[in-house]
Amino acid sequence: MTELTDLGVRALRDGVREGAFSAVEVAEAFSARVAAASVLNAFIVETPDHALAAAREADRARAAGEAPKPLAGVPIGMKDLFATKGVQTTAASHILEGFVPEYESTVSQNLWDAGAGMLGKLNLDQFAMGSSNETSFFGNVLSPWRRNDGGNAPLAPGGSSGGSSSAIAARLCPAATGTDTGGSIRQPAAFTGIAGIKPTYGRCSRWGTVAFASSLDQAGPMARDVTDCAIMLEAMAGFDAKDATSLQLDVPKWEAGLNPSLAGKRIGIPREYRVDNMPEEIEALWQQGIDWAKDAGAEIVEVSLPHTKYALPAYYIIAPAEASSNLARYDGVRFGLRDLPAGAGLQDMYAATRAAGFGDEVKRRIMIGTYVLSAGFYDAYFTQASKVRTLIAQDFDKAWETCDLLLTPTAPSAAFALGEKSADPLAMYLNDVFTVPSSLAGLPAMSVPGGVDKHGLPLGLQIIGKALDEQGVLNAGLALEQRAGFTARAEQWW
Amino acid sequence: MSVDTATVKKVASLARIAITDDDAARMVPELNNILGWIEQLGEVDTAGVAPMTAVIPNHLRLRDDVVTDGNVRDKVLANAPVAEHGFFAVPKVIE
Repeated sequence: MTELTDLGVRALRDGVREGAFSAVEVAEAFSARVAAASVLNAFIVETPDHALAAAREADRARAAGEAPKPLAGVPIGMKDLFATKGVQTTAASHILEGFVPEYESTVSQNLWDAGAGMLGKLNLDQFAMGSSNETSFFGNVLSPWRRNDGGNAPLAPGGSSGGSSSAIAARLCPAATGTDTGGSIRQPAAFTGIAGIKPTYGRCSRWGTVAFASSLDQAGPMARDVTDCAIMLEAMAGFDAKDATSLQLDVPKWEAGLNPSLAGKRIGIPREYRVDNMPEEIEALWQQGIDWAKDAGAEIVEVSLPHTKYALPAYYIIAPAEASSNLARYDGVRFGLRDLPAGAGLQDMYAATRAAGFGDEVKRRIMIGTYVLSAGFYDAYFTQASKVRTLIAQDFDKAWETCDLLLTPTAPSAAFALGEKSADPLAMYLNDVFTVPSSLAGLPAMSVPGGVDKHGLPLGLQIIGKALDEQGVLNAGLALEQRAGFTARAEQWW
Repeated sequence: MSVDTATVKKVASLARIAITDDDAARMVPELNNILGWIEQLGEVDTAGVAPMTAVIPNHLRLRDDVVTDGNVRDKVLANAPVAEHGFFAVPKVIE
């Protein structure tokens, strides 16, 4: 029999429903695997009891003949950006170390209501700021992948949802939550050979999720394949009166709607995504994706998104500006760390607390945000960036006149080694060049594994859809997934 | 625009982050590198373009003007670094 930990969300759900194995067996198998993989540092906190309690309830409900919940018997990993009642929630920061919420985020509550259990809280880039998981106060997350060139350089699992991507790729959990502000679900998914979707902005409630940039942040699932992402997203999404930006819409039946035929679909290839110095392997993968889309029945059209090159600089004004405002709440008064130097007054306490509690990248972004919002610079930076954001969204609107979906690479390279880019913030920011434009426009977008590079490392393809067309994105993802037949996995060394 | 050490210290004080002179000096080239790069937005013609305020068309809902989550004082204070007599406590600000 296959190891239970080799099964995905659908297989686990169906197996528990059919009685092929018990939910408790599943929870125990994954918890044991989590406990044995601490060298990856994917989890900040392990919660085997939570997973076991949900599993016992699933087994009890099945024995009692009750209708099964959508995720009964499926244990998952929870990015430590979601507040979980009674379980430490830190956003991978020192300033929130020891913070135990008295409330549950809506997304996590939705998952528990669907029957899922929690294996633990997953590591991430501090306050979700980073593309490599090197900014966590709790140490770097390692990717389970290694280059096949004989070198053992520890690789970045991507970021900010790098604990999630590492844990799924290492089979520590079948699925996990991620959050995406500028690519934080898609880029780590691409780096680790898994699937991940950022839904339309407003599909998933942001209530109880530690805020980074409120106009961009959106939760989404990460899992081994497209179907598992559809199942997870159905459970996570939904209207929430507690989030003013939540969309008041029913959640479509994405899993039931899955259809890998792209007949009648026009897939746009944005010419501006052919960036300078793009590795040949990424070009080749993109062409391969185009061929797969044609094979699935799609018509390929070239489109232009003329403001693409301005997306990244606009993002690195807007996101830090919102972060500088959102992170003002961490001041040592109501929760989290307090650093009170001898004889210090209130202002000194704020400054000392924030200096001690935030990591370098978080400080850097707060500083940039404070600067671009300060008197005299607001219009030149923030207002101009917000106008460019309008132009970027209009580019997409125009593209939708000639196509239904867009196909691009997810990231400009395969996973890089830890430390390779951490000394150069700008080089790190450039990693999000393909994911940021759709985030600025609030559009659904997903990454699916497309192949491997010459070192055997995964590469991802990205599909971007119209607002609210998660189904179209998932379907195209499924079409690519079926043709890619991606079966590579990280050899276990941990 | 580019920043100097004095500007970095001013921004840090606006951001309520204590920094040393060494930190400020280290941040000057980092911030200038990033600010220099985002300068390129200035070349985009945005005349007549409205700044984006909502990424997905949506209108703000109003809720009924009633207390929906009251009487949770102890929960609110549960994570306070210092709480006294049912209040958040901070260093003395008025002599």
